[in-house]
Formats: sequence, C-alpha cells, structure tokens
Amino acid sequence: MSDMWLTAKLDIAESLRARWFLVYALVFGGIVALLFAFGLTESRVLGFIGLSRLLVTYIQLTMAILPIFVLITTVRSVAGDREAGVFEYLLSLPVSLWAWFWGKILGRYLIVFLPVLIAMTGAVGWALLRGIDVPWAIFGYYTALLAAISACFLGIGFLISSFARSTDVAQGAAFIVWLTLLLFLDLLLLGIMIQGKISAELAVMISLANPLQVFRTAALALFDPQLIVLGPAADLILDRFGLPGYKIFALLYPSAIGVTCMGLGFWNFRRGDLL
Amino acid sequence: MIKISNLRKTFRRVPVLDDLALEIGVGERVALIGSNGAGKTSLIRCLLGEYVHEGSVTIGGREPRRHRQEVLRRIGFVPQLPPPLAMPVAQLIAYSASLCATSSERIAGVASRLGLDVRACATQPFLRLSGGMKQKLLIAIALGRDTDLLFMDEPAANLDPAARGGLFELLAEREQQTTMIISSHRLNEVSALVTRVVELDLGKVTLDERTGNSDSLRTMLDCRVVARERDPSLLALLIAWRFTEVGSNEPDFEWRGRIAAADRLRFLGAITPYASATRSISVDEAAVAGAVHA
Repeated sequence: MSDMWLTAKLDIAESLRARWFLVYALVFGGIVALLFAFGLTESRVLGFIGLSRLLVTYIQLTMAILPIFVLITTVRSVAGDREAGVFEYLLSLPVSLWAWFWGKILGRYLIVFLPVLIAMTGAVGWALLRGIDVPWAIFGYYTALLAAISACFLGIGFLISSFARSTDVAQGAAFIVWLTLLLFLDLLLLGIMIQGKISAELAVMISLANPLQVFRTAALALFDPQLIVLGPAADLILDRFGLPGYKIFALLYPSAIGVTCMGLGFWNFRRGDLL
Repeated sequence: MIKISNLRKTFRRVPVLDDLALEIGVGERVALIGSNGAGKTSLIRCLLGEYVHEGSVTIGGREPRRHRQEVLRRIGFVPQLPPPLAMPVAQLIAYSASLCATSSERIAGVASRLGLDVRACATQPFLRLSGGMKQKLLIAIALGRDTDLLFMDEPAANLDPAARGGLFELLAEREQQTTMIISSHRLNEVSALVTRVVELDLGKVTLDERTGNSDSLRTMLDCRVVARERDPSLLALLIAWRFTEVGSNEPDFEWRGRIAAADRLRFLGAITPYASATRSISVDEAAVAGAVHA
C-alpha cells in the first residue's frame, strides 16, 4: 500500500508540474469565474436560477470538456512515458506492478477530479458569501456524478494506454472513443429514430450504454425531467426507470465502466511487455 | 547467480534474442558487448522482468517476472539513456530510497563520491541536469543501496576522469560479492573493468571468454607524461585527469598523475592525439609494468 501511495504522490507531483494541468485547472476554475462574472446566477433559463443555474451550466460544460481532457492527457502521459524510457527506469526499481499501476491511477484520479471539485466548492463558497441559496442536494449529487464520470474516462484512458504502444496510436484511439460517445448522444439518436432506422428500444439501449448520455440525462433530470430538455431517449429511460433509480444507475454505471477498464488495463499491462 | 536457458524474444516475429543460453556466477564481472540491435538491451530488460519471453531466466533461482520485487531489490540498474524525468532530484532520490529500503543520505553520499552535490541540485528537475550529472545520480541510486547485482549500460560514458575514478572505487568495494553486467558497444570501453566478455550478435552469443584480467578494480597506476611544449589542449587534458606539473627542464615539462588501471585504455586513447607534443608517457604499477614511450 505504501508503494502505491508513493507512486500516486509521484504522479501527482509530475502532473502538478505539467502544463496540461495548468491549462486544465485554469479551464475549470475559469469557467466558474466566468459564469459568475457574466451574472449567470441572476439569469433564468428553463426555470433554473441562482446557483442551480450556474451548476447546471457548469455541468453541461464539464460534460463537453472533462472526458476529452482526461482521455488525451492520460494516454499522452502514460504512453509518452513508456516511449521516452521513463518506464524502463522506474520499473527497474522494486515496485510491484500492482502498486505501480494502481498508484498511477490513484494519483491521476485525484489530479483530474480535484480541480473540478475545487471549482464547484469555490462556487458554493462564493454563493454563500453573496447570500445566494445553495442547493446542497444538487451540489452533492453533482459532485458524485463528476467523480463517477472522471473514474469512467480515466479507466478508459488507462485501458487504451495499456494496449497502445505509441503516443500517436493512443491519442488517436482516445479521440475516436470520445467522438463515438459524443455521436451517440440523444440528438443523433433522435435523428436516426425519426428516419425509422432503429427501434425506440434500441435507442434506449444505446443511450443507457453511453456513459456520456447517462451523465447528461442524470444532470438534467434533477432540474427538469421533461422531454424538451432531456431528449427523447433520455425521457423514455426516465419514464421507464423512474428518477431515483436512474440517479443511482447514473452513479454506478460509469463507475463500473471505469473500474472494469482499469482492471482490464492492469490485466493487459501485467501480462505483456512493460515497455 | 544468473541462469538463462533457451531465451527467445521476438518483436513482430523478428527474433531479437534467439535461443540464448548463459550462466553467470557470483562475483563475475561480465562485459556484454555487441553492435546496435545485437540484443544487449533486450537481454537486460528480460533480466529486469520488463519483457515477457520464451525460455527461462532466473536470478538466484527466482524468475524476475514472477518474483519481481524480491529480484529487483537485489539489482542496481544504470540505463544507457537517462530517462526524461521532470521530477526534482530530491524527489527522485526519495522515491528510489523508499522503494529500495535505503536512505536518501546514503545515495547522496555515493553521489558525493562521484563529484555530485545533490543538495546543490535538489530542486532542479532531473531532465535539466547535464548528461554527466544525470549519469552520476543514476549510478548513485544504483550503488547507494544493498545490491549484489549491477546491470550497467555504458556507465562511464558521460563521466569525467575524476568521477570515473570514483566509480571504479565504488565498484571495487563490491568486487567480491557483486555480480556485474556492463553493457557497451565497444569492448575497449569496459575491458579493464571485467573478467569475462560475452558478445552478442543477432540475439545469439557469439563469443564467451574469460579475459584473464588480473587487475583488481582497486589497482591504480602511476603515470608520467613529459611534454615537449605547453600545448593548451594537452594541458587541459592533463588537468582534467588531475595530473600535476612536477618540474620543467626547458623545453620539456613533466607531469605526473594517478589513474585507475580500469581507465588505462581510455587515458591512452585520450592522450594519443597529442603524441607529437609529448616526449614520453609511462604507466607503471608494481604488478603490471606497462610502459609506453612516445
């Protein structure tokens, strides 16, 4: 365990020095600052107002940015380190493969999730200072949702890294995964359904299988579980499963994908050449 | 200590190690030589458990891959190319020390003997160090702990003469109980360090000979150089090798110094371009009386 934490600390320190982390932290911190600066808490759209309005906008932007950021930076640093000879040296030290792999995941998870959490916590702190009501239940659920989606894409990133032998291949694969998930969001499914090319059941299945869609549906359903906001497939899902069940599913499913991908990545990392 | 049998490693069906067999005993100092692509690095990676392979590799009866930590605790490794680590020197030392059950102070002590003050560069990123400093630090991490196996890829390549002297001293302290594999493209770089030479070509052992090298790593040689003129480049070279001027008998100038026997060929190679500027060079040691006169 101590070796795992040592490796995690090493990865955290490496990430804190990296430029990508600076950009990452600035993007998520900057979004919150900008949303406040543009007076979003005072605006009303689709019934959202105050900090709820800010949080729903933040979570929408996060959905667009966080997955690709996590995927690309993870595969770049892991595959890049392997290519550059960092693995050759550090893995010649007596650290177990388990501690090495999971330590890197732990370190990277903290580094990916904490800036997002800090930005949200900062928003809540600022709201409290300005006397704006804080929707604590929504804040808590969003935090858990972000933790789940971070784990999901981190796991996918590590799985890709364990298979790809070069940074270029790893980046390409990460981008294709993200693009595929993005394409199968509700709007595209709506188009296909209208053309009558797939059944509603299949569209629902695809929506349920897509962690990005699960994240989006869960985030929006807290505010307004209506067809116009959610999209047809998501609306159908909520209709069938109910909001409480879906909220739990939206936390467990992406987490399960992430942990499964991490496990598969570790299995592949351990069975083949380490370099 | 090390037993390798039927070792085979392929990349995209191309064998880089081909049915390789080798046994290396305790205390042997082996030069692993061969051209690029001969399989030296792949062999070391198999020994470190970094590659999966066919055949068998055991170190002290244990497979490096299966008993990874147990085996790697015994091995100090110095790679040919320093890894581009962005972490500060102090962090690299602390991480290595924690994993290798040693102390940062011990590693710093070894680095100091190689001429590297780790306190002065503690906050610098490892990749910003000069080639020589990186090499010294990696050697210090490999030697600043209890190991009985050393795998070193051209360890002296980037070191100045003083640091090389320090390295030979450090190796000499472990001479009896430590098995060393020193990899190099050129035999003359490492010949004086080893007791056995193994040459690889296309993944096979093509030469395996004892060198009959009777020099201990502790052996030092007294050198005397008499120069015809004060050639600035020659003087710089002698100063770098820590020679001191002991007298002049115009137009000759006499310089004396002490070099490690393991560095003899390197020294003679370094001074060869100045043959026309020197009147005589002598290299003397009680047991090995080798005198070269220009």
